[in-house]
Amino acid sequence: MSKSAPVLTAPQFALTAASVFAAVLPHLARMPKMFALVILALLAWRIVQRLRGGAKIPALIKLPLVVLIPVLVIANYGNVFGREPGTALACAMLALKLVETETRRDARAAIAFASFVLMSALLFNSALVFTLMLCAALSLLLATLYELEPRPAATAALVWKKHVLDGLRTGAFALLAAVPLCLCVFVFLPRLGSPLWGAPTDDKTSRSGLGDEMDPTSLQELLIDDSAAFRVSFDGPVPERAQRYWRGPVLTRFDGKVWTRSRFLADARRGDAVESIGDVVDYEITLEPSDRRWLLALDVPLAAPENAVRGADMTLVSDKPVDQLLRYRARSTLRYRLDAQLGARERERNLTLPPGFDPRARALASQWRRDLGDDEAIARAPLELFQKDFFYTLAPPDLGRDSVDDFLFETRRGFCQHFASAYTFLMRASGIPARVVTGYQGGYFNTFGNYLVVRQSDAHAWAEIWLNGRGWVRVDPTGAVSPQRVQLGAQAAAGASAQWYHSDWLVGLRNQFDLVNRGWNSLVVQFNELRQQSLLTPFGIAKAEYYDLIGVLIGTSTILLALYSWWVLRRPREAGDALDAAYMRLCRKLARSGAARAAHEGPRTYARRVGAIADSPVPVQQLLEHYVSLRYAHALAPSAAVREFVTAVRALRLPRSFAKVNVLGQAATR
Amino acid sequence: MLAAAERRLPALTRLKQPETLPIRLHRHRIYVLPTRFGLMFSAVLLVMLMGALNYNNNPALLLTCLLGAACYQSVFQAFRCINGVQLASLQGEPCHAGEPLYVNVTFHADGRPRRSLRMRVADHETVFDIAGGDGRVRTSVPAPQRGWRRLGRIRLYSEYPFGLFQVWSWLNPEFAALVYPRLEIAAPPLPHADDAAAEVATKRSGDEFGMLRDYHPSDPRRSIAWKASARHDTLLVKEFEQRRGQDVALEWAATTGLVYEARISRLAAWIGAAEAAQLRYVLRLPDETVGPGLGPDHRHACMRALALLPGAAA
Repeated sequence: MSKSAPVLTAPQFALTAASVFAAVLPHLARMPKMFALVILALLAWRIVQRLRGGAKIPALIKLPLVVLIPVLVIANYGNVFGREPGTALACAMLALKLVETETRRDARAAIAFASFVLMSALLFNSALVFTLMLCAALSLLLATLYELEPRPAATAALVWKKHVLDGLRTGAFALLAAVPLCLCVFVFLPRLGSPLWGAPTDDKTSRSGLGDEMDPTSLQELLIDDSAAFRVSFDGPVPERAQRYWRGPVLTRFDGKVWTRSRFLADARRGDAVESIGDVVDYEITLEPSDRRWLLALDVPLAAPENAVRGADMTLVSDKPVDQLLRYRARSTLRYRLDAQLGARERERNLTLPPGFDPRARALASQWRRDLGDDEAIARAPLELFQKDFFYTLAPPDLGRDSVDDFLFETRRGFCQHFASAYTFLMRASGIPARVVTGYQGGYFNTFGNYLVVRQSDAHAWAEIWLNGRGWVRVDPTGAVSPQRVQLGAQAAAGASAQWYHSDWLVGLRNQFDLVNRGWNSLVVQFNELRQQSLLTPFGIAKAEYYDLIGVLIGTSTILLALYSWWVLRRPREAGDALDAAYMRLCRKLARSGAARAAHEGPRTYARRVGAIADSPVPVQQLLEHYVSLRYAHALAPSAAVREFVTAVRALRLPRSFAKVNVLGQAATR
Repeated sequence: MLAAAERRLPALTRLKQPETLPIRLHRHRIYVLPTRFGLMFSAVLLVMLMGALNYNNNPALLLTCLLGAACYQSVFQAFRCINGVQLASLQGEPCHAGEPLYVNVTFHADGRPRRSLRMRVADHETVFDIAGGDGRVRTSVPAPQRGWRRLGRIRLYSEYPFGLFQVWSWLNPEFAALVYPRLEIAAPPLPHADDAAAEVATKRSGDEFGMLRDYHPSDPRRSIAWKASARHDTLLVKEFEQRRGQDVALEWAATTGLVYEARISRLAAWIGAAEAAQLRYVLRLPDETVGPGLGPDHRHACMRALALLPGAAA
């Protein structure tokens, strides 16, 4: 092995290292920081070591590393199976492979492994831009394979930059040329109805999205995250922005700092929970994967979509975590009466406050109860308070132990969750059942695509209070402080505290561009077994089975490969003019009949030899002689004569094997 | 039938029949198989495919398909790399038995440059490119015996562009190089060398060349008439006037007592010595007499006569 394994040259190693790095890079952001650092350190160490002309890494160093990596993975993730730990392990092993890469064989194995690692990055993020970037990274991998091909010693010393560029060009060309075949396979390769092996669902999630608890900072990161949360297309007119409250988890338990959900109760009642007294809206939601179980719906949903249930608090909960793009239809009413009657236990639950917290807020609430008495007046009181000297900001000061007191009487700055939390607290303290609802508010309507995109930054929290005779009523205390929050969105409401990259025109541009993402989602990401089965409907096959698909796949790819082959095998144009072309044609005809012209034979000698064959058809010899006179007797053959010659050659029919005898004769003399 | 098969698919019969130059590679004689790395890579692609399908992840599947298709279509690029390549000429360098025979091979291809072509002749592998129409390769084969040395089959192959597929073709050109006899090491001095050398010493100063002639690759560099060549398009060589005086006779009969091959080696060494001393010599073999003469052409004629004496390689 060592004999046929020359050590990699510097450019070869550099490209291999670049490929490995490109494969690992998309994973790093997702990994625990310590683990990512270990991988980066491994790569950097090896590259520096190699740059300094370092020798092979001895097994004494490699072996402990091989043991250490799985241990690190287990320490970080708990096991080595599943998507997250599996890819982390693969990344680390790839980095290790680079450490031991010395020969061409190693480098090739590293590239093959790198393409696997690159692919696995898409299991976590399927955005269009991300996919395109990874596809572009493939050309780097191919360029590395190109670089690994042996080169003549004379040119090896030439500028390697040019060769690397050549490789990148060849790789990019290969990818472009592969597009038709790739699409054909992608469309027709039968999808699996159910996975071959279980995809573990207990992965620690790293996706951003609404959590099932709310502390004073939990929404903060979300509000500056511009990725899409879901997209909606409405059957009818789009509701006003101020009406677009997307209901998410409802939080009823408060421990002084954190709002959490109480135990989930399915909505067991029959239809009497919600009484619709206004417009009913039908719409379809495409929810981005969140790894959580709730589904968003316009406040309030009238029924649960498929594979989901509606809770007593009107939250929609899916049967399993949403780990893929999910599309569902829903129907909501914008004006409603919810829970006209409130059970004693339910009432109790929505009045409970942690003892020993926030005395000043309690005092304020009981003062309101004494002074105002009326529930509705009490419900308005905090809003008036908020309007006076509270500020909306995305960067509020920290709060202490008595977070509600601190917010109400000290800092007076915050965003939706502070207001919702304080409002709910005050309501409960004054004896009105109240709860916090989290979800999204607003969304951008894309007029080109005629759909609404709701981003993570549209996350919102508001309050619901129960009033006798009216049921649960939505109160958005944030709107009292900053009406723009409801009218324009969180970024606009934050005003000066917004970053430059949230400037209006950029946000507008991004919202327009979201159309492309939506197209990508519906065309590619959501292309599943069901849609594949309906592919062949125009051709009369209502439901394409896997064997139909495989048949079509084989058929279309054969046609494509035939096209590729034709492109490669097509003959270059015959050299020379029409006269020579006709002569070559005559020679080919004769060759088929067994009297091939030898490479050294001129037309004259050839004519003589063909003429000598016993039963040679006369026109053959004449034609050959005619060619000689046309070619050599004139400076330029008269075109009429040439055309005549061409037709004569075309018309010539030769018996299949008139020259057989001659061939045998030749063989004998040889 | 075999003849028909060979005409149709020349590489299938591995070309027992030598062909005349130029030999052009075309689709009937180019073969393709995946390399070991190609097989390994397709296994990795299969794993990627299963992963993407299992997680029902279309972007991952798209990436896998793209990479797979790019790898697969590289077979066409590989084929294009070798298709249309012509073996234009072969040229053996002068060589004595026992030394490696160097052969300069010229390939020719129109149009696009061809990269990373590899040629294997008798376990000797050379990598070369064809850029700007021509590609020249110098390869060597062992030449243990005097006489005609055939080059044998040439395997021209390439794993361009990504090393996933190997395209190859066999070439069996009608070519043989003449291998001169082995030179005797530490041969005795030329017969009558003393008289002749003395004579030359006086004659040397009066050397005057009589004429110029075209350069042959075998001419020694020192005989090139540089000034005269500069005035013409071609290289010219000074042809010296034949000197008078006694010729050195290299007699077959003078080597009696030695083994057959050793006699040939002795004569060959003497030819070299006579050339080095710039002495006219005549070679007398049992069946023929070469010369008298001096210079590369004469040397070649003598060496050739020696090389082809009975017992030479066919």
